[in-house]
Amino acid sequence: MTDATLKVTPIRRRFGLPAVPISVALAVTWIVAMLLIAAFAEKIAPYGFTQLDLRNRLAAPGNAAHWLGTDELGRDVLSRLLVSIRISLLIAFGATAISAVVGTMLGFLAAHFRGAVEQLVLMLSDFQASMPFLIMALAVLAFFGNSLPLLVGLMGLFGWERYARIARGLAISANAQGYAAAVRQLGATPSRIYLRHILPNIASTLIVSTTLVFPEVILMESGLSFLGLGVQPPMTSLGNMVGYGREYLTRAPWIMLAPATTIVVTTLAVSVIGDWLRDRLDPTLQ
Amino acid sequence: MSSPLVEVSAISRTYAMRSGMFGRAAAVHAVDGVSLTIARGQTLGLVGESGSGKSTTGRLVLGLEPPDRGAVRFDGKPMTALGTTAWRAQRARMQMIFQDPLGALDRRLPVATQIREPLDIHGIGTPAMRDDRVRELLRAVELTPAHGARYPGALSGGQRQRIVLARALATKPDFLVCDEPVSALDVSIQAQVVNLLCDLQAQLSLTLLFISHDLRVVRQISNVVAVMYLGRIVEIGSADDLFARPEHPYTQALVSASPAPGRRSAGRIVLSGDPPNPAARPAGCAFHPRCPRAIARCASEVPALSAVGGDRQVACHLVTGAATRDAA
Amino acid sequence: MGRYFAVRIGRAALTIVLVVTFAFIVLRLSGDPALMILGPEAPPEVLAAFRKAWGLDDPIWAQYFDYFGAIARGELGRSMRDGRPAIELVLERIPATLALTLPAFFFKVALGVPAGIYAALHRGSGIDRAVMMTAVAGFTVPSFVLALLLVLVFAVQLGWLPSGGQDSWRHAILPIATLSLGGAAVLARFTRSAMLEVLGQPYIRAASAKGVPWRKVVTSHALPNAAIPTVTILGFMVGTLIAGAVVVESVFAWPGVGRLLVVAVANRDLAVVQCILLLVAMTMVTSNLIVDFLYGFLDPRLRSKGAHA
Repeated sequence: MTDATLKVTPIRRRFGLPAVPISVALAVTWIVAMLLIAAFAEKIAPYGFTQLDLRNRLAAPGNAAHWLGTDELGRDVLSRLLVSIRISLLIAFGATAISAVVGTMLGFLAAHFRGAVEQLVLMLSDFQASMPFLIMALAVLAFFGNSLPLLVGLMGLFGWERYARIARGLAISANAQGYAAAVRQLGATPSRIYLRHILPNIASTLIVSTTLVFPEVILMESGLSFLGLGVQPPMTSLGNMVGYGREYLTRAPWIMLAPATTIVVTTLAVSVIGDWLRDRLDPTLQ
Repeated sequence: MSSPLVEVSAISRTYAMRSGMFGRAAAVHAVDGVSLTIARGQTLGLVGESGSGKSTTGRLVLGLEPPDRGAVRFDGKPMTALGTTAWRAQRARMQMIFQDPLGALDRRLPVATQIREPLDIHGIGTPAMRDDRVRELLRAVELTPAHGARYPGALSGGQRQRIVLARALATKPDFLVCDEPVSALDVSIQAQVVNLLCDLQAQLSLTLLFISHDLRVVRQISNVVAVMYLGRIVEIGSADDLFARPEHPYTQALVSASPAPGRRSAGRIVLSGDPPNPAARPAGCAFHPRCPRAIARCASEVPALSAVGGDRQVACHLVTGAATRDAA
Repeated sequence: MGRYFAVRIGRAALTIVLVVTFAFIVLRLSGDPALMILGPEAPPEVLAAFRKAWGLDDPIWAQYFDYFGAIARGELGRSMRDGRPAIELVLERIPATLALTLPAFFFKVALGVPAGIYAALHRGSGIDRAVMMTAVAGFTVPSFVLALLLVLVFAVQLGWLPSGGQDSWRHAILPIATLSLGGAAVLARFTRSAMLEVLGQPYIRAASAKGVPWRKVVTSHALPNAAIPTVTILGFMVGTLIAGAVVVESVFAWPGVGRLLVVAVANRDLAVVQCILLLVAMTMVTSNLIVDFLYGFLDPRLRSKGAHA
């Protein structure tokens, strides 16, 4: 995602676009705000996210002390929300980065070695695509228990097969004819061909895939945390907040609505940016 | 220095091709027993229709893929094994010019960086020397340093091919394979690029394998011309002689179909029958279904390439030695 | 055509083998199975007996083949919680899950496919934009949020429907609605893009250019061709009939397979988790096979190609 947002400016310059649509501008603003919150959550949070205020339990939003109200233990919902955004984005970024790197690497390996290596990568990616990821994730969590690194690693297995397929397909066609074949016959080493030539050329397609995988990772993590099987208390994440807020749906719906809205708007923003980038960056359009 | 730079002996290359996704694999003999030698500083023109195996021959000669049978010797030594360090190092001595210069260039890098790339890969000179060399190469292909700062997309087709040429010449190679280097260019640009190639060849005493379906271009640049049909050489000889007096019926048809100054198109031989399909190679002489002069023997027996006088070799049952030369 | 199906069946078998391998690897990596299954308080002699009985001292490849054998014989272990065979526990939950997912599947198709086709045929119209917006919402609103919003409106605010449990058909309405709305949105978006892609093909333009009535172009050219990709995603949806209700069953306290899975994962009841994993793999593989067989009939290219092969 950082790549995508950073790329926006030079691309605009190169294509000389008149203006970014309002929806995309709003989406970018939202994502930048989320990134700032994730970076500085503890500094801007008015309270500690585990700090109890037992006299103000289940306080409604809009009061001066607690803008978004408090939960059943009197913890400030805004503070918890900010910290949750940080944790959820950390997991989503970590996982997306892992799946992009692993998937692209496996795709390159398949394209370079062909034969048995390629068959193995294709078999694994078929397998991954044909099994519901949630079920696989639940099975792993059942066997291994739960921890934050495990959760990031597990989410990092999500979506790798898409990068692998894209990277393999584009690398094979680049190797068969065109710049990669040309550089190869100049005597370049495989790492130079793949990293210096093929990767920059397929980066735009990979970035578009990232905008598809990233929101799904957020949804997957929040779903697991909602079920109580993802991020564990005392740590908090967006899905985790919705899960605990569910108990107080009748008396204090704001506990659940604040994080739920954040999840929806964030995934929506990334999708909007992704759709726009796809129109701009799709190499078939160049 | 009298030994030839490139010696190709009886190389073959067969591909397995599937008809459709689930069909059975069929063997396609892309190149079938081709032998060539190219003397230093000379240009061999390789002529043929699409599917004749001329591009595959070029790739085999360059060592970009290994032949199934036969061997290629470069500068008296066997070709290095594909993909090894020695193979990569050898690339500095032999280079390829592609048909599609835009496809052969990386669109995301300025062209000067790409001209410099072979120097970076092979570690030739200091960084400052490499930049000087890039300017020198740009001048050699009649471009300016300002062109070097551009991206491939901002150059014309002819300029791009000059960039590809400059990149190929960066390491001062001995041998260039040019695979249809001008056929993607406008006719007016073709002549400029071919002239440039001729000049550079003379200056740098390059050895060339020039692959083209365009007889005019081949005639202009080649010393020796080989004609391919369905993976085999059917005729080979010195360029002027071969174009003046083609012996093989297929060569005759090609030459007659190619416009030449001072010859009227009245005597044109029009070939009938299907264009050659390498997946369904006819028995006997592969050309016999389309040959206006085919006899029964042509359908059953493969003619061997044999000398017919001078430096000419022809693979045809009807062309045997000097006696029949007047018949053509 | 025979070769085509042989390849597909081979791939299906391969997927099952991979799932079993996955379960085996995860089981072995996660620690000592004896300790995992018997618990840390088990006396050492019981652990030793268990290891011997399960061949845990054998070489790893022998254990791997034994594991396959046990699964092939249907020996999927017993639930840690109540000691009943895991497969029994899982099978008795299937009807409850199907009671939600089958009607939801029906509604998804009944809403999503026509909406997608209509939107594609009236591209740019108000309805098209509405369908697209709903479809985007269907993707970005996670099912647990949608479920809670429906509860908030229809159970808490309006008091029309119960918020959880399985006592009457009215309890099934909100879970089915949650599953249908999300799925219908995805399906509508998919059908729309499949349809638009077909409508942009040269043969469609050729057919309408030579004067074939538009209605006939749509029914005899566009729809059959757009059906092919749509069947793929429908197949995937059939494959998730068993597993697709994990979140929704949990929200509505509906005693199906999904809820069983969540509870089993929370309790680390490995036998049950493993059993559900295999069940899901079997349904996915079976539905994929059915889709592949349907392809054989839907795609004439495949039919004629098969005839030659």
